[in-house]
Amino acid sequence: MTVPERQVHEFPAVIVGAGGAGLWAALELAREGIDTAVLTKLYPTRSHTGAAQGGICAALGNHEEDHWEWHMFDTVKGGDYLVDQDAAEVLAREAIETVLELEHMGLPFNRTPDGKIDQRRFGGHTRNFGEAPVRRSCFAADRTGHMILQTLYQQCIKFGVRFFDEYHVVDLIIEGGETRGVVAYRIADGEMHVFRSPAVLLATGGFGRMFRITSNAHALTGDGPALAYRHGIPLEDMEFYQFHPTGIVGIGILLSEAARGEGGYLRNDAGERFMEKYAPKLMELGPRDVISRAMYLEVREGRGIGGGDYVHLDLTHLGRAVIEAKLPDITEFARVYQGIEPITQPVPVQPTAHYAMGGIPTDVMARVVIDEKNTALPGLYAAGECACVSVHGANRLGTNSLIDILVFGRRAGRDMARHVRRNGVPDVPADVAEPVRAELEALRTRPVGENPNHIRAELASVMMDECGVFRTGTSLVRAYNVVCDLKDRYRRAQVQDRGRVFNTDLLEARELGYLLDCAEATVMSAMARTESRGGHYREDYPQRDDTEWLQHSLAYRTEGRPEMRYKPVSITHFEPKPRTY
Amino acid sequence: MLVDLRILRFDPERDEKPHWDTYSVESGPMDRVLDLLHQVKWEEDGTLTFRRSCAHGVCGSDAMLINGRNRLACKVRVDQLGRRVSVAPLPGMRVIKDLVVDMEPFFDQYKSVKPFLVNEEPEPERERLQSPKERARYDDTTKCILCAACTTACPSFWAQPSFVGPAAIVNAHRFIFDSRDHASEERLEILADEDGVWRCRTIFNCTDACPRGIHITQAILEVSNAVVERRG
Repeated sequence: MTVPERQVHEFPAVIVGAGGAGLWAALELAREGIDTAVLTKLYPTRSHTGAAQGGICAALGNHEEDHWEWHMFDTVKGGDYLVDQDAAEVLAREAIETVLELEHMGLPFNRTPDGKIDQRRFGGHTRNFGEAPVRRSCFAADRTGHMILQTLYQQCIKFGVRFFDEYHVVDLIIEGGETRGVVAYRIADGEMHVFRSPAVLLATGGFGRMFRITSNAHALTGDGPALAYRHGIPLEDMEFYQFHPTGIVGIGILLSEAARGEGGYLRNDAGERFMEKYAPKLMELGPRDVISRAMYLEVREGRGIGGGDYVHLDLTHLGRAVIEAKLPDITEFARVYQGIEPITQPVPVQPTAHYAMGGIPTDVMARVVIDEKNTALPGLYAAGECACVSVHGANRLGTNSLIDILVFGRRAGRDMARHVRRNGVPDVPADVAEPVRAELEALRTRPVGENPNHIRAELASVMMDECGVFRTGTSLVRAYNVVCDLKDRYRRAQVQDRGRVFNTDLLEARELGYLLDCAEATVMSAMARTESRGGHYREDYPQRDDTEWLQHSLAYRTEGRPEMRYKPVSITHFEPKPRTY
Repeated sequence: MLVDLRILRFDPERDEKPHWDTYSVESGPMDRVLDLLHQVKWEEDGTLTFRRSCAHGVCGSDAMLINGRNRLACKVRVDQLGRRVSVAPLPGMRVIKDLVVDMEPFFDQYKSVKPFLVNEEPEPERERLQSPKERARYDDTTKCILCAACTTACPSFWAQPSFVGPAAIVNAHRFIFDSRDHASEERLEILADEDGVWRCRTIFNCTDACPRGIHITQAILEVSNAVVERRG
């Protein structure tokens, strides 16, 4: 079956996802006069960039001395030396011009008394290569991501970017070793649309919904990574997943690290600031992996609040003025979702699945690379959380996600502009949408089968319990077996909604398939890595092992177990050292 | 707590007109209306359709009419509503299916007020300076998440859908009072139109509905005053 002509579109550039990375790339292309289509399964302003709270790091030095080299060092050390240092250098250098450009676009940063962009402390960001915390995080109250998303969307409107809202991308078109476009499902009426294009950017965000307790939006189901994986592109460093220390107990909504940046404490049941034991120098401003493990250990040793599985985030000593001026949104979260008044009461918190360090491998131009030699796949790009460039290595520092999506979204846009000038709109086979149309039809019309929501719930539980903050060989084997079983059951899942108009039942089931693929790669990569590094902590291999494991993993999809390959880490400035805080 | 959840349903492929369905659902102590909707969708009736994403009040996807007020389903706790909860799509909008409405006219109105910074001066090497006081001038209206709760709560909008609506005026305000912006004149011209600020009757429904606590009526009055001052 071929798609009707009116549903075939041609664009020099197509961007999948309308968060920070996608929008900045679109803006670069639009300013060059290149007709660009942005496809998003939501409305652009619903993207999860908007949920980022605390800030965006750049060594502006508006309060105190700072240098991009210090930012680069903190990023490399924060990532437990698995960071590609060529990429970290790009990040830290270009962070400065990127943040200034955001300000020029109109972003309403908080200001210093003399009118400059205000900056505050954040975990793992230090002066002079680890000496003491530094004020590097530029912010707009605790809704920095919201302001970034709004500002970029506003600029895209100004420059005439073409948005295809509520178009769910369901396949990539890769033929003859090059990128030729994407296939999308229009949510409003269930029609398939083909977008022919020589340049496609995947900017689809993360996949935190594979875990039971997560800060991630429901939309974050790993669509981009899973589609790439199904086309033979490996997924890099999937074993490194970040658990943010301060999630709201039970539901995982994030309480920004800015709460600790402004001076908040973490306390156990005895009222002790337990980080003294784990990170005596940086205390509550240690990196997230270290703090999340410390919290789990406190709980395991019976020092959770009332013997339970959480600790307290204590802001009460900060005073009403600071809390209301600098942390208004998270204060409201505590009030609405916990019935807690943070000005006078400590807030119960526990680690929440937050951020994928791994993803689709790219080079520093955001071009997708497909093997150990970093061979690029012409015309395919990835940026933002769905990509692994890798600036976060084994653990991301707070505020580095916002700067990552913008620096590399910007680079993607610029390189795509070069690429489309040399490459016209490619041909695609007339029936290119047929395989995915048939898959969706089978799912939509299957007469009997299991409720996919039960499969999703089991996946989220096993990933949280067996592949979370602490892992062992045994727990990972259990997780792998469950994921395989769930994949098998998924093939027989049945949706209830048989309609064509706005069928979210069908799309949620489709998204579950993406989560299962991402989970398979995550668990397999974690099983293979017999060391502990950053966010990947193996209780049976508690030490970092640079002799064997100072390398990136690449998980390739096969008919059976994913195949693991490895590639070296780029080390340009900083030799690996023991990581203490 | 066992809750009677009434939902206004409409499937354009099956129904001629909307109808109420009632579900009996168990609500946990901190459950929000969105949790109940998920419970129905995931366990009882997969055809129930609504938008949602972040589930904590920052993305603006799940604005709907809940017990007679426009609110975000992810931000309303069930224990604050009691045992009877009714949910319907945002008023005054074309319904696509169940709780999903056509947002295109809303975003068109937003785009009509030039919701972006205009400053054609050469960009300085560093940031443009802005004092904390200048920054505070438009802080409140930077909070808007474009959920449409305000506009679709406005009787003036119900009566006259061509009214640009509170949300668009809020976003115009965000730039009109930004010391870095140079296009206030153009925006005030747009809002001086018959479908602009004068359709506001200061009913305060918008302010009541805003899940971000923006003082919307105040913002509209400030823009109205600026329109008047401009006419001098």
